[in-house]
Amino acid sequence: MIIRDLADAELRQRLRHAGLRLHTGPFTTLIQSAIPSVAEGIAQLYADFPLAPADGFVDFHVHLAPPRNLRRWIQPQVLFLHDDIPPFEPLPLDQAFPMLEWGLNWCVTTHAQQYLIIHAAVVERNGCAAILPAPPGSGKSTLCAALVNRGWRLLSDELTLIRSDGVIVPLARPVSLKNASIDIIRAFEPTAIINRESRDTAKGTVAHMKPPSDALARVAETAMPAWIIFPKYAAGAITQLNPRPKAQTFMELANNAFNYTLHGAQGFALLDRVVSACACYDFTYSRLDEAINTFAELRPQP
Amino acid sequence: MKTSVNDMTAKALRDPASVLALSATQLDLLIRQARASMLLPRLGSRLQASACLAQLPAAVRAHFESTQVIARKQNQALHWEINRIQAALMGAVSEVILLKGAAYVMADLPAAHGRFFSDVDLLVAKAHLGAAEAALMLGGWISAHHDAYDQRYYRDWMHELPPMQHLTRQTVLDLHHTILPETARLHPDPQKLIAAAVSLPGHAGLKVLAPVDMLLHSATHLFHEGEFDKGLRDLSDLDILLRHFSGLDPDFWRKLSARAMELDLARPLFYALRYTTRILQTPVPPEALQEVSRHSPNRFTLRLMDTLYSRAFRPHHASCQDWLARPALLLLFIRSHWLKMPFPLLVRHLFHKAFISPKDAQI
Repeated sequence: MIIRDLADAELRQRLRHAGLRLHTGPFTTLIQSAIPSVAEGIAQLYADFPLAPADGFVDFHVHLAPPRNLRRWIQPQVLFLHDDIPPFEPLPLDQAFPMLEWGLNWCVTTHAQQYLIIHAAVVERNGCAAILPAPPGSGKSTLCAALVNRGWRLLSDELTLIRSDGVIVPLARPVSLKNASIDIIRAFEPTAIINRESRDTAKGTVAHMKPPSDALARVAETAMPAWIIFPKYAAGAITQLNPRPKAQTFMELANNAFNYTLHGAQGFALLDRVVSACACYDFTYSRLDEAINTFAELRPQP
Repeated sequence: MKTSVNDMTAKALRDPASVLALSATQLDLLIRQARASMLLPRLGSRLQASACLAQLPAAVRAHFESTQVIARKQNQALHWEINRIQAALMGAVSEVILLKGAAYVMADLPAAHGRFFSDVDLLVAKAHLGAAEAALMLGGWISAHHDAYDQRYYRDWMHELPPMQHLTRQTVLDLHHTILPETARLHPDPQKLIAAAVSLPGHAGLKVLAPVDMLLHSATHLFHEGEFDKGLRDLSDLDILLRHFSGLDPDFWRKLSARAMELDLARPLFYALRYTTRILQTPVPPEALQEVSRHSPNRFTLRLMDTLYSRAFRPHHASCQDWLARPALLLLFIRSHWLKMPFPLLVRHLFHKAFISPKDAQI
């Protein structure tokens, strides 16, 4: 059973009371919230997510609720609670849904250290994964959103989970889009489902795109890393894919990892294995269709 | 004394195999309670040692693996920190004694397995305090407290210098010259502890307290403590130390109570044995319990302490708390200050903290 199968009233009822239990990649998440924008965002973007049984094990217990003070009524705010403890300061109520997404990312990066976690989008084709690490503003999420609307499978738009045996475990949660990229993706793929925008967040205007149904149907299929590509959007740039030295790629990937240092020598060995298995590139682009064509021609390292 | 029916963490520590009979929702609660008590990695190593871990569902195991990654890293980082401290102090002081977590790790005691660490606690003779502080400052550790009152509070009244933080690694160390504040009601003689300390093979100049003293220090620390977010973890440390040391030395229990008398620490030992046996079923021989029961407080105080400590040693998780939990923790907090300073000094200290420190902070 998936979330779409629940009547809207039933979905809201679960969120408000016992909590909505769903599988998000390898994790089971329980979400509680009486906030309408949270229910609305979940109904829209999580429609294809499988429900988890009421008597099963839950990895993350999360709750989005107004703080217990005046900010419940005056300039209302929202708190993200993980097992009753708020790891962050409250945000304006209008940002409740993005806060759920950021909070769920925090759950993974804080409580799933068994993975080597890299701050990178990751997409798959024919069992081969392309890891797209990049600092915010480089157009990583935009490129990821475009690719998953053109035949690549979404594994994750923010968190690349590398298991100790070197395979990538899909997370397949909504893709975050910021500022100009929201309209770029709307124009690029008019059928993409993008939720209501939240303005004036720490990252500017934010919206999320529903992961393609295929990403959810195949969420249990892991992938082997095949490419590490550092995307860079530059207005008016010509599309360019340039090979990149592996040692430098290793260092950059370690810098983009959330928990590389925690893994010590094992982390070094694992990252070495990933980088050795991948063809590494820098990629500059300004036109999404050209980018799609370049990616279509990628071949795994022999 | 009532132990909380919902406290699954203490039960899992007492009997790791019992975890295998838990349902998925019970395992879910156990993980959350153990995490809130900072005991997730310890429970993981217990389950591994008793060959139960592999029999748990993969999703549950993943949480233990995750926390083990952090605990392993902290253990490794602590070794490096001690290495740096040793290098900084070499030449300045002839010996430094590691306390608590740092001692468990460097002496490779079972209490170090799957334990989280925060700061490093060191003990040096009071005569060497200045030299040790200067050497650590040259090594990059600086005092985090600049306020003149705080400096006086620590230097004149406490048992340690203001916490020192390393400039680049941000690690924190506490340099002690004794184990209880100078102003406290009990007066264990630090010279006796220092004289009995044992060398760490392979680490010149580093020592740890002798087994009985290590136990008494951890007990004294816990039963003078005012904050219990790690209460059950610290009680579990005592449980592990007691089991370990009594297994090594058949004469341990007799030495322990004799030393407690000698150091003026019989009361904290009484509490340590009372609550480790009650909550974690530590196997303490009846004669040893009998011996320390002479140092019990009166019946009414004991009833009160049972009520308070039974709350403090529960996981700090909503599933284990009752209406008494908050007042109990508040009373224990007040008690810890009461034990730390004579009443007039306490009034003066609280007055300063409430009215003068905030005003200074504004300027």
